[in-house]
Amino acid sequence: MQYLLLIYEAESVGEAMSDQEKAEMFQGYMAFTEHIRESGEWLGGEALTPVHTATSVRVREGRTRLTDGPFAETREQLGGYYLVECKDLDRANELAAMIPTAKTGTIEVRPIMKWE
Amino acid sequence: MSPPRADIQALLAQLVRERRAQMLALLVRGAGGDLELAEDALQQAVVAALERWPVDGVPDQPVGWLVRAARNKTIDRLRRNATWRRKQEVLQHEPGARFAPPPELPDDDHLPDERLALVFACCHPALALDSRIALTLRVVCSLSTEEIARAYLADPRAMAQRLVRAKQKIRDAGIPFEIPGRAALPERLDAVLHVVYLVFSEGHAATSGADLQRVDLCEEAIRLARLLVEQVPTDGEVHGLLALLLLHISRRNTRTDAEGRLILLEDQDRRRWDRRAISQGMVRLSKAFTCGPPGAYTLQAAIAAEHAIAPTPEDTAWDRIVTLYDLLGRAAPSPVVALNRAVAVAMAHGPEAGLEALDPLVDDPMLQRSHLLPSARADLLRRLGRHPEAAEAYREALALVGTDPERVFLLGRLAEVGGTDHGEP
Repeated sequence: MQYLLLIYEAESVGEAMSDQEKAEMFQGYMAFTEHIRESGEWLGGEALTPVHTATSVRVREGRTRLTDGPFAETREQLGGYYLVECKDLDRANELAAMIPTAKTGTIEVRPIMKWE
Repeated sequence: MSPPRADIQALLAQLVRERRAQMLALLVRGAGGDLELAEDALQQAVVAALERWPVDGVPDQPVGWLVRAARNKTIDRLRRNATWRRKQEVLQHEPGARFAPPPELPDDDHLPDERLALVFACCHPALALDSRIALTLRVVCSLSTEEIARAYLADPRAMAQRLVRAKQKIRDAGIPFEIPGRAALPERLDAVLHVVYLVFSEGHAATSGADLQRVDLCEEAIRLARLLVEQVPTDGEVHGLLALLLLHISRRNTRTDAEGRLILLEDQDRRRWDRRAISQGMVRLSKAFTCGPPGAYTLQAAIAAEHAIAPTPEDTAWDRIVTLYDLLGRAAPSPVVALNRAVAVAMAHGPEAGLEALDPLVDDPMLQRSHLLPSARADLLRRLGRHPEAAEAYREALALVGTDPERVFLLGRLAEVGGTDHGEP
């Protein structure tokens, strides 16, 4: 199975962190990425630029409409993702729980669609 | 000579009733975690048996025959699927892969019982709670979709939809059919016990006898709890939960009168409590206590046991019950536990002491919307002879009460303390 682990957090949480806390967070991410690269479950992953750079794209009645901002005004924003290949949802959830932001934000686990 | 068709139908019906969950557990992994596919295949195998067995005779190992036939049908279906072929190539060298070739089957009496893995998948926390309950009743208890819908007074089509979606989520999200590893086990087992408890509560809350077509959810919950006791015998809470359910069900026939009116524990006819259920519950309870520090279900069962063994309400060991509530409050703190503890304190040390124990709960947000607190207060005030205050509290309780038997009961008490007539809403 392939899963996308989507990392959500209120951007204000990161902004309010001290340098020390930011360094710890960064190291947590380095360690986690190292861990899943070694286990062979890592397929990809990136951090995203802050949410104010987002554009929402919708097509209605044949016309493309662009809106400044993310798809919805929620408190937590998508900040990054990992794409992993692992045994089952239990393992994917386990990996999600190892992501540092799981403690301060939310990780959404999305199975990748299999085209049959 | 081949057996008559009617006998074969009866035999197949019995096999499906008793062994369906076990058969599904053996099929589902080979079906790529697709319960719907496994169920369809099993259904087709039963149809095939109805055709073949009257001609060929009943096979020596009928369950094994059905599993093999169903397995072939799942493989047929999956072979038509290109993804599966690709997967087979990729996974060929991986041991324990989801599409590993099926192992040979031993004879029917020695077929592996993998129902526990099925239970863990159906009760997986990634599923909505309602879906967990419905799925467990369908897949593990082998109730029909119609029976489940009737038990929950739900639309059968909506229930069918719910089941289909839950099975899709299991398949597409990769929820495993496995017994969780040691680290995850306690939490996952808790989730399973919670489902069993909720099934029982639903059955317990329904007034009995009104609808003979309704399946008995209490019996299903007890059957599930027995399955867990058999499969996870080292866990105290598994025994504790079965004990609790047995002790509760022992009082089932005395909880309401002929008109469906609620009868309080202290007013119930103890001679009509089910002694067999009580003694079975007591056995489970002592087993639970040998498994380590008691958990919340075990402690609740211990409280129920104190009532079960008391010959009269006055002879109840209320101080022991207070102690058990203290332990329960530490194992699983909740305002409802604190409230029940206060009621026990009143029984052990008098209504004044009980009122004092209720005082800190007045501002609890969880109790604000419930009739439990005002009705407990009302009862203690009534016993102290403080009737105007009691009437006030009964009115508060009546404004919040949900079920009819309880409403009728509170109205009766309100009249007793000289409150307004029965007509007040």
